[in-house]
This record gives sequence, structure tokens and C-alpha cells, in this order.
Amino acid sequence: MSLKIIVLAKQVPDTRNVGKDAMKADGTVNRAALPAIFNPEDLNALEQALRLKDKHPGSTVTLLTMGPGRAAEIIREGLFRGADGGYLLTDRAFAGADTLATSYALSMAIRKIEKFDVIISGRQAIDGDTAQVGPQVAEKLGIPQITYAEEIQSITNGTIRVKRRLERGIEIVEGKLPMVVTVNSSAPECRPRNAKLLQKYKHARTVTEKQAEAVDYEDLYSIRPYLNLAEWSVTDVSANIEDCGLSGSPTKVKKIESVVFQAKESKTFDSSDVDIEELMVELINNHTIG
Amino acid sequence: MANFFTDNPALKHHLEHPLMKRILELKERNYTEKDKYDYAPIDFEDAMDSIEKVMEIAGEVCGDIVAPNAEGVDHDGPQVINNRVKYASGTQQNLDVTTQAGLMGLSMPRRYNGLNFPMVGFIMTSEMSSRADAGFCNLWALQDCAETLYEFGNEEQRQKYIPRVCEGETMSMDLTEPDAGSDLQAVMLRATYDEKENCWRLNGVKRFITNGDADIHLVLARSEEGTKDGRGLSMFIYDKRDGGINVRRIENKMGIKGSPTCELTYKNAKAELCGDRKLGLIKYVMSLMNGARLGIMAQATGLSEAAYREALSYAKDRKQFGKAIIEFPAVYEMIANIKAKTDASRTILYETSRFVDMYKTLEDIEKERKLEPEEKAELKFYKKLADAYTPLGKAMTTEYANQNAYDCIQVHGGSGFMKDYACERIYRDARITNIYEGTTQLQVVAAIRHVTTGTYLSQMRAYETEQICPELEALRKRLIAMTDVYESLVAKVVDTKDNEYLDFQARRLVEAAGYTILGYLLLLDSNKAPELFHRSAEVYINYGEAELKKIQDFINNFNIDSLGYYKQEIAE
Repeated sequence: MSLKIIVLAKQVPDTRNVGKDAMKADGTVNRAALPAIFNPEDLNALEQALRLKDKHPGSTVTLLTMGPGRAAEIIREGLFRGADGGYLLTDRAFAGADTLATSYALSMAIRKIEKFDVIISGRQAIDGDTAQVGPQVAEKLGIPQITYAEEIQSITNGTIRVKRRLERGIEIVEGKLPMVVTVNSSAPECRPRNAKLLQKYKHARTVTEKQAEAVDYEDLYSIRPYLNLAEWSVTDVSANIEDCGLSGSPTKVKKIESVVFQAKESKTFDSSDVDIEELMVELINNHTIG
Repeated sequence: MANFFTDNPALKHHLEHPLMKRILELKERNYTEKDKYDYAPIDFEDAMDSIEKVMEIAGEVCGDIVAPNAEGVDHDGPQVINNRVKYASGTQQNLDVTTQAGLMGLSMPRRYNGLNFPMVGFIMTSEMSSRADAGFCNLWALQDCAETLYEFGNEEQRQKYIPRVCEGETMSMDLTEPDAGSDLQAVMLRATYDEKENCWRLNGVKRFITNGDADIHLVLARSEEGTKDGRGLSMFIYDKRDGGINVRRIENKMGIKGSPTCELTYKNAKAELCGDRKLGLIKYVMSLMNGARLGIMAQATGLSEAAYREALSYAKDRKQFGKAIIEFPAVYEMIANIKAKTDASRTILYETSRFVDMYKTLEDIEKERKLEPEEKAELKFYKKLADAYTPLGKAMTTEYANQNAYDCIQVHGGSGFMKDYACERIYRDARITNIYEGTTQLQVVAAIRHVTTGTYLSQMRAYETEQICPELEALRKRLIAMTDVYESLVAKVVDTKDNEYLDFQARRLVEAAGYTILGYLLLLDSNKAPELFHRSAEVYINYGEAELKKIQDFINNFNIDSLGYYKQEIAE
């Protein structure tokens, strides 16, 4: 049985390389200062989707991402790894969205894609760490969800079987399609970009990208229609503008504190017996050891 | 999160050589495949962009997957279970990921599902894989056997086997036997024609076969009963799906442990003749070996790069007498020499790869149409250069890999002798490079005719006339002086008209050519990218000049009558 699979993916600032200028004065993330990457757990989700496609010939994997124009890179990265297509939700009105507004926008876009069997996303994004968007999308679409997935084991006769990785063990659950599944980082890593697919899709661009910078091969886009990446605005997905972006977000950032760990309380010991003795005494006295 | 392509700007430099324009235009038949294949390039810029991006994929696979697996693979190694090879789990993962990344069949034409990349691209992936794990580099680079199958197999064989290689099936070349090592004319494996089944049958034993349980084998066997020399040998294709070859054991080796080296028994193994009878050794294996030698040059260069990085990071980190050891002249000189020899290895590696690309692509085009007179001249010119540079490059780069690995351990001091650091693995892995696919001594045998006929000299004189910036003039003057010394030494030895004496001095003469040619290539690299190569050019020419002086003294002071002192008495 062939499946229609949607993967929700997000372009995130690489918080693994955070510097001093990571946050702006208003308490939002300074995206310009951090390299933009494919959210790591969304890559785990993409791999699960691609494995389903391998197992069920004729299946399609469609990426859906919301973000600024440059987030089109996420769709290309997905195509290089074996996805079949994707949509970029992009509109000024989507900016500043919290998880509620994001899941609303995504669910409206999914309704526009219409038919799907499984929606797979990463458990959470490394910029917000909320783990809310996947579950909220399921709620908004009125379909069930399986979270913390490590492996989608099978799909047979409309029933999905998933291995969940939980804090104290694993759990194997089943549910009826359609279903939202969110995937942990303990799931297998995503496959590499493929040399042929990369060469096939490297010129893929959204309309905005084509307008922003002159493309090298203009007539290519009519000869190879799959190189035109779809962009959807608020109106394209028939969303209520007040439910999107900042206006649709009840979460307000009150204050941001920049905590800098300082070394003022550090002490240096060398390997002499005296110093080791002193360290031992101190650790025993403050009950760190003993 | 390591990328062995993007973290090493020297690779991009070599990828962007001016000759690439001509190579790609030929390889891509003027970019005519774009209407047929959705991944074919549109023009030169597009082709270069694709190659570079695919190198990034390869760099990522090598940095993120192959390199972290290397230690475990070296420790676990492959096993033989029921006459079949089971790779170490890390090796298997490397192969799976490489296949998923579409990096197998890199240089094969698109009609067989390949990427149609030039040799330069394939060799670059080999170099990166070797930096990550030299043992894995063998499995990766053996896809080059497909090149021989493509060149000499018939259309049916190409269609049957090459797409399978592109999908990740591995290959082997079964040449060596217990009594046929360097001397392949002595191969005894018997090939007999089975009239009933209308196929060939192989019987006998092969030894030291790298990746001997491969899916597709190229086998050298004696098809002409009663013959004793190379003219009785033919090349065969064996498909593992047919069965008939078993792995008796795998060798317990000093290095490249991830690469299974097998002893094989052939029992009525069904095989197909590849090409014409009797040309197995004299034509096909010679071509196969040339490709393999280029692969070993890549392996050696990757090992040198690994040695350089290990030495550098240890020397920066390790403190003695109150400072990092890299601050001591004795240590920084060693590291500068490792770096210079690594850059020198790489520059001849890609120079040779380009020569191979030029002549092989023209030969391939010749199968489709008649070549224009100037194309014919081009083919002849580059074929000769590839023939001259392959043994020279193999000799120089593999000796450097060994020297660099040795010095890398020396930089580590006592710690380098322990199993805790990668340098000891690099040292063990490097040791095979100047032995297999022809020892350095045999490379000298192949290279010496280009010393005596002047191929190397005319290349030196050609490099001499290249445009360079005024700051490099002093280095060029020294290289011209080195060329003059080389020329006079060659004349001195050749003038004796004594072949044994020529053989005796051959290695010195080939090395003398090496110092000068590698010096010139680094000078030209430095001219284009001084920030990457100027230091290495200075360091290498200092070293090469001094080495040449040693050779000069030796030859000039040598009395031909004293050759007898070197001959050992052979007891009857």
C-alpha cells in the first residue's frame, strides 16, 4: 500500500554554536548571528518517512516548513535526501508565531495539501525546545498522535505500529491512520544527501528566491517544473490573519536574562600532594564526596 | 560534524585547475546529456558546481561516518564465516552510507547509472576516504575495476555489471597467487572452456586478494594450455551470484585491517571472458594496475594528510619545558616537512589524475567517432605523461606517506608508541602503500625509461616557462639549477651504456626527477594560491635541493667498478 507522508520540518539557528550575540535586546533569537540548519530531530523524522517510502513503493514524502524565504533550503535538503516535494509557508503575517499560531498555520496548510496518511515531525526544535507543535497540529486536525517515537515499525491495513522511547523504557503502540508521529533523536540518523538527487534538485527555487537573485538558467524552470518550489501565504492556505503570527500568539516574552557562567569561584590545584590533600578535604567538607 | 572536503581548501584548489575546462567539455561531450538525464550538467560552471557539491557530500560521509568508525574497524576487522567474508560492523555501515549517498560508480557513464565524473573527482573521494580510514579506502577505490570492465568488456557485460557497481556492489581484482606476486606472468589459475555449458570454468588458488569476497571479480587466469608466460593469460569476470569461489582464510595483517585480504579457492567457478583471449596481462591488467596505482597514490596522500593533522594537533597541545612542543625548532621543522611532503604528494596526485582523464576520455570518444588530428596528438601527449607520472607519483607519494607517519609518531614521543593515538594506526596502514600494486622498486623500473627518454626533463622545461609572479622568481631559479643537475646526472649514468649500472642508479635518478617536478608543481600552486602553498613550496624546495645534492655526490663520486661491493655472495 502506498502512503502519502508529510514531514514537518523547521529551519533553526544552530544553538550548538551560541555566542554572545545569540539574543537580541528584545529577547528574541538573533537569527542573523547563528547559522541556519535543519532541526536535528526533524532529520530523524525525515529518515523515518524515507524508510516508509522504501518499504512501501509508490509512497510520497512531502515536506512542509514555515519560515522566512531562506527556509526554502530545508525543502532542498529534503529533496537531496529523497523527499518528493515540499511547501514553504512564508508570509510576514506568520512572523513572531508561538506554538499555537505555528500549529494553526501548519494545520491550515496540511488541509490544503488534502490527502495524507501520516504526518511525521521531530519531537522538538532546538531553538524553542517546547515539543508542542507536533501534538498541537494533531489536535487541530482532530487526529490521534504518537509522541517520542524511535521507530515506525510497520504500517499494515491502515494500522501504524510505533516503538516509543520513554524515560524508563520502551513501549510499542498501535493506532489507526491518519496519525501524527513525533520522533526522538534516539531514532536512526538521517541518510546523507544523495549525489544524483543533489544534482537533480540543486537549482530548485521558490518564486521569491528567483526574484531576489538572478537565476543562472531561466528556461530550466519551464523544462523541469519540479524545480519550482511552492510558497504559500496566509491567504493561500485560507488562514485567519489574526490567528497567525504575533497576533495569534498568547505567549509573550516578559524578560530575558543572559546568564553568563563566570570563573570567579574557580580554584586551581596542581598535582602536588599538598594540593590534592586540600582538594580532598574541601570536597569531603562540602559533602561532594564521602 | 567534520567535513573532509570543506576543512581542506587545498582540495578545492586542485579541483579548479584550468585543464578541468577541457576535461569536462570532453567528458560531457559538450554538455549534450542534459536533455536525457535530469542530473547532467548544463555547462562547465554547472558541472564544476555539481562536482564540488558532491565532494562536500563525500567529505561529510568521510568526516562524520568513516573516520569515527576507523578505530573500531581496525580493532575488530573482518571475519570468515562459512567461507564468506563478514565485514566489521563499521565497514558495513561505511559501505551502506556511501551507497546511499550515491558515491559508487562515480566515474561511470550515466547510461549505466553512474555520475560520469572525471577521474579527478573519483580520486579526490578516495583521498578523503583514506584520510578517514585507509583500509576502507580500498573498498571504496576498488569501484575503479568498473573502469576496466567498461573499457574492455562487451556491451552486454557493461549493462549487466556496471549498474550493479553503481548500486553499491563491490569489486575485486584477483591477480596474485602464491607463486605469482610481482611477476604476474607466472599466474597458474586455470581457465578451461566448458563446451557443454558454453562458459569458462576457473580452477586453482589466489592469494592476497583485497576484498576477495566481492560481488564482482576480475580474474587473471591461464586460458592457453601449455603456455608459461604472460601471453597465455586472459581476463575473466566472475559473478558471486554464480558461486564457485570460496574464501579459505583472511590474512592477519599489520595494517589496513578493515580491508579483507583473502585466500581464494576456485572450484569450477563459472566465468565470462572479458575482452580478447591472451591479452589479459599484457593489455588489461596493465591498464587495471595503472588505475590501481593512482588509487594508491590517493590512499598515500590521504594518510599523509591524516599524519599531518595528528602531528599538528598533538604538538600544539602537548606542553614540555613550559611551552607547547610545536614551538621548538626540532618539532616545527618535522611538522613543516610533513606538510610540505603532503602538499607535494597531492599536487602530483591531481596532476597525474588530469593526465589520465585527458587520455582516457579521448580514448572513449574514439570509440564513438574518429578523432581530429589535434585530438589524436592530445591523446598521445597525455597518455605518455600519465604513463610517466603514475610510477613516479606512486613511488614518491607512498614513500612520503611512510616518512610522514614515522615522523608523526616521533612528534608524539612515547605516547605515539601506545595504542591510544591514531598515529600508530596511520603508521601501520601506510606501510603497505609502497609495497602493493607494485613496490617502489618496481615503480622505478617503470619510471626509468621516462628518465632516459626525456619525458620528465621536457616537462620540467615546460613548467619552467609558465608565467609566475616576481616574488617566486628566486625559487624558480633554484628549480632551474636543480633541473640542470638532474640533466647532467642522467647523461652521466646513461653515457656509461651499462644497463646494470643504470638499474643500480635508477632509483636515485627517478627520485631526482621527483624532487624537481614536485618542486615545480608546488611553485605553480603557490603562484595561484600563495596563502595555501607558499610555505610548503619553500620548505619542499629546501629539502628537495639538499636531497638532490646527496644524489649528485653519490653518483659523481661513484666508481662503476665498485658495484661488486654491493653484490652479496649467493651460496650454491
